[in-house]
Amino acid sequence: METCINIISTFASCMVQSGTQPGLALFLQFLVGVILVASFPLVLVIILIWGERKIAARVQDRLGPNRVGPWGLFQNIADALKLITKEDITPAGADRVIFNAAPIIAMLAVILMWAVIPFSPVNVGVDLDLGVLYIIAVGSVGTLAIMMAGWASNNKYALLGAFRVTAQLVSYEVPMVMALLVPVLLASSMSLQQISYAQLGMWFIVVAPVAAFIFYVANLAETGRAPFDLIEAESELVAGYNIEYSGMKFGLFMATEFLHAFTANLLFTVLFLGSWSGPWATEVPFLGFVWLMLKTFVVYIPSLVLRATVPRVRIDQMMAFNWKFLVPLSILNLVVMATLVKVCQVAGIAPDAASASDFAANLPQAIILLLGNVAMVLVTLQVLRNAGRRERLKMEALMADTDRDALPAPAAHS
Amino acid sequence: MLEINLPLIVFAIFAVLAIGGALGVVGSRNLIHGALYLIVSLFGGAGLFVMLSAPFLAAVQVLVYIGAIAILIIFAVMLTRGMAQTKEVVNRQWWLSAILALVLLAVIGIAVVMPVWGPNGSNVVNLQVAETTAGVAELGIALVDGNQYVLPFEIASLLLTAAMIGAIVVARDD
Repeated sequence: METCINIISTFASCMVQSGTQPGLALFLQFLVGVILVASFPLVLVIILIWGERKIAARVQDRLGPNRVGPWGLFQNIADALKLITKEDITPAGADRVIFNAAPIIAMLAVILMWAVIPFSPVNVGVDLDLGVLYIIAVGSVGTLAIMMAGWASNNKYALLGAFRVTAQLVSYEVPMVMALLVPVLLASSMSLQQISYAQLGMWFIVVAPVAAFIFYVANLAETGRAPFDLIEAESELVAGYNIEYSGMKFGLFMATEFLHAFTANLLFTVLFLGSWSGPWATEVPFLGFVWLMLKTFVVYIPSLVLRATVPRVRIDQMMAFNWKFLVPLSILNLVVMATLVKVCQVAGIAPDAASASDFAANLPQAIILLLGNVAMVLVTLQVLRNAGRRERLKMEALMADTDRDALPAPAAHS
Repeated sequence: MLEINLPLIVFAIFAVLAIGGALGVVGSRNLIHGALYLIVSLFGGAGLFVMLSAPFLAAVQVLVYIGAIAILIIFAVMLTRGMAQTKEVVNRQWWLSAILALVLLAVIGIAVVMPVWGPNGSNVVNLQVAETTAGVAELGIALVDGNQYVLPFEIASLLLTAAMIGAIVVARDD
């Protein structure tokens, strides 16, 4: 065990010095770490909901919450109090245990993701060797919670909503995982901390913009944000899978949704926007945390504006977009990137372990990969253009046919 | 005499989850409950994989079995009319499944007993499992190395591709 320097960075050894048993001290250290990592997102979510309501209000030419506290900051605390004091209803015929477990599992699936996020060069819950795989595995448990909620509610709208959401989540997992493989490929590691270090020289969004785009769009769908917010299509399914939930159980689902959206953007930052990297991040680790949060908000706030602006897509459009566009593109992207990275390695222009954090050493490989991405975008656009033209010609032919039939004598049908 | 230590307690928790979940799968009349018990059992299995220094298998267990296969099973059960409330506990093929289960139990039992107490067994109760964690990199190399597992890996890939094409053919309208 290292020597006691101060109570923050060497908690366990300081506890031992003041007379605690070593085993107990280590346990307390882990306990404090877990509580800190798990409660930070729970506190953050209050601010996230406030920010979302404020931004949505501005887009819709309103003021948003402005009564409770300065700028309405405490509105959500008031709302949470209201939710807690509301009657907690379990519908008749509901499967009680599953019904109550579903919101907890939903929240758990998101909070568990924070365990492997590197907040700074030194502060990470667990630097798992397979962090990326862990993120996907834990995220897939969230789908299960939605299924449980929809079924246990004993409500056909809830069940239909859950079916639809599960179809959406399982489908968009495919391009998301394919896009995730590209940072893994570039960093040659699945650990999120290693991926962060690999981006010290060059952010992966520069090297792999197509993968970043696929990951961002798939994440919008995974977290149920507009235009893919069919998770709560109140106009068609009353509310979706959480229709029967009331009080704080509904509050948990709502908080999960906001937190999941933020976590997805946090992951995007870690994987593509250089994680905690920034000026003096390696010297002052806390600055890394500040950079990480700043970058996350830079990608998170546009997603809020996007949510307040765009209309919702239909379920069949959404599935077609995924399986006919995102999945083929993500497979093509993976093949092209893997080939180009190998070519760079064989040609000897890939940065080696020593020069990975050097911007100039990364430049040749980055230029080649970027050109590959540009070529991919051009090919994709051309394919889309051709498909669009074919579709338009078909529609025009159809219109011409119906015009010819309809114009002469309407009496022919009577 | 077994010494009570932390790994043993953790093992006990995961073992109870695995076996209790499995019993729940067999015993529950509600098929949805059965599927959820299956998830509990698989989760216990994932925990045991972590204890055996195989975190990759644990993550894959959660991702593939809980995240995909169990969801698929729940989907299938929910879309089948009347499957949520089955009346009979056994059907006509119960004796066949009983024989199969006993044979499987015997095979697993022999596989566990022989290395420890068999004629060539090491006869030690505290068999050491691998101390070092085999990394993901080693696993990846093993799967594509010509001297190791490249042939089974490719055959499994071929099988999966064939199954996928089959699913597409079955699902097509025309």
